[in-house]
Amino acid sequence: MSRLLTQSRFANPDEAFVAIVDAHRDLAPEASAALDARLVLLLANHIGDIAVLKEALAAAREGLADSRAG
Amino acid sequence: MTELYKRAAVFQFEYRRSPDQDAAAPVRRPIVVVGAGPIGLATAIDLAERGNAVVLLDDADRIGEGSRGLCYSKRALEILDRLGAGEQVVEKGVSWKLGKVFFRNDKVYEFDLLPEAGHKMPAFVNLQQFYLEQYLVERALDLDNLEIRWSNRVTGLDNRPDGVGLTIDTPDGPYVLETDWLIAADGARSSLRDMVGAGFIGRTFEDQFLIADINMKADFPPERWFWFEPPFHGGQSALLHRQPDDTWRIDFQIGIEADARKEQEPERVRARLDRMLEGRDYSLVWVSVYKFQCRRMENFRHGRVFFAGDSAHQVSPFGARGANSGLEDAENIAWKLDLVLKGEAPESLLDTYHLERSAAADMNIGHSTRSTDFISPKGPAAIGYRNAVLDLSRRFDFARRMVNSGRLSTPATYETPLSTPDADTFAGAARLGAPLPDAPLRNVDGFDVWLLEALGDDFTLIVFADGAAPAVPDGVTLLDIGAGWSDPKGMLAERLDATPGATYLVRPDQHLAARWRHYDPALVAAALDRAKGIVK
Repeated sequence: MSRLLTQSRFANPDEAFVAIVDAHRDLAPEASAALDARLVLLLANHIGDIAVLKEALAAAREGLADSRAG
Repeated sequence: MTELYKRAAVFQFEYRRSPDQDAAAPVRRPIVVVGAGPIGLATAIDLAERGNAVVLLDDADRIGEGSRGLCYSKRALEILDRLGAGEQVVEKGVSWKLGKVFFRNDKVYEFDLLPEAGHKMPAFVNLQQFYLEQYLVERALDLDNLEIRWSNRVTGLDNRPDGVGLTIDTPDGPYVLETDWLIAADGARSSLRDMVGAGFIGRTFEDQFLIADINMKADFPPERWFWFEPPFHGGQSALLHRQPDDTWRIDFQIGIEADARKEQEPERVRARLDRMLEGRDYSLVWVSVYKFQCRRMENFRHGRVFFAGDSAHQVSPFGARGANSGLEDAENIAWKLDLVLKGEAPESLLDTYHLERSAAADMNIGHSTRSTDFISPKGPAAIGYRNAVLDLSRRFDFARRMVNSGRLSTPATYETPLSTPDADTFAGAARLGAPLPDAPLRNVDGFDVWLLEALGDDFTLIVFADGAAPAVPDGVTLLDIGAGWSDPKGMLAERLDATPGATYLVRPDQHLAARWRHYDPALVAAALDRAKGIVK
């Protein structure tokens, strides 16, 4: 079973980061959220592995306050 | 429903005083079924056809209007066909197989449900529930050992280890009836469920839906159309289904805040419909507002009382999993109770009703909950992702597969101790624990019949001939394919992945219990015992 890869994978990590941030330029907050949602769905399908997806979701959620708790 | 639309009686029946009401001591019956909806009727008919005396109680004396249950699945039609009502339902109903999904102004997705040729029953049929109930009542009236008592309302239940006592209210006052076994098919608001003190596991949804039946001459094809955020119904979803008699069923999502009473006022309903139907002429037949739950009872069996249909489990309407799964409940309890009453199976067989049907309910609830979360997303992130899927579905296949306007009912595959695990390998459409796929056959007299019509009311053994003459246990129907019977199109062999000698044991509810590459009487006998819950 594949696991979530967390070592650096891009030849040029700065370029990847800037590409993501740049894609949001000039977008209103709502459109920006829509872009993120589409991007997540496209990439999740590209990965196509539910175990990896769930691992990534857990890693992404770590440290975020659960507003329902306490 | 409110009083704005008075629920008219479509079919009126008559309360008749039963001699049981005048008996000095309470009369004891073997089987009482409560609730003359589709599930109670099907259970009662199935048990009566198997030779059991059945009393069916209903608190009303009529079948009311309104389409309510609407889409009948292929498996439900096969069950109804076994009970003698399937052909009427198909003939009167509107067969459909194409579903289209729209987002705002565009069609984003369509699905074709028809699995393949060579099945007696179509993929889905739309029919107002009152027609189905009428056909089943007519069928019930043909059976001498099935007695329907209208205007008999159960007000008390004494669930003892040795039997069940019922207090029943009638227009002539109350009486007491005893029964060995009780099947409670008294609907989502089951009073019998309250009487046994059982609760629910699952979720309640707050979103409200307005449902309207209208009469309209329109040339739309018989398809299921689902809209997310259509321009005629800003921000919410809508569903259109065609029914017989130029009747159309429309569901509008109206949200949590909507005032259910106000929304049913004819002028408000008309305003919504006018925007959708763009000037077409129509008349309103029936209107209601509903909310729904996705939940089930913890245990479908409480001693001698069995819960079936909506009394045991409830789902959202998206997916047509309510009445269809209830009919699967009916056929599951009927053959098991019949075998126990005839002394051919131990009472423990009845526990597998809960085991098999609660697993099916969990599957249905899972599908229904996921559909509901997609149709009625809560919170900005859920709405954002839902709409992102719909946006992407215009361009990408993967997103079309995520669009969930209801995953339509499919029959349950039981992972059950009643099945004999496969020792040999099989491909093909048939699955252990699932209903057999239908196929066209030719019988010993050379007539074309369908496999599912040819299966016995009891167990059936299908053997693909290899020259040997199988010795079949008592009470088991034999279909010897290639000897007396034939498979003219080869469809059965293909669907069962059969080779010469291949042998299949089929349960009375048409689910596959065991299969082997070669016929072996000892293995068949052991599998038959196992399927009846006999442990040796």
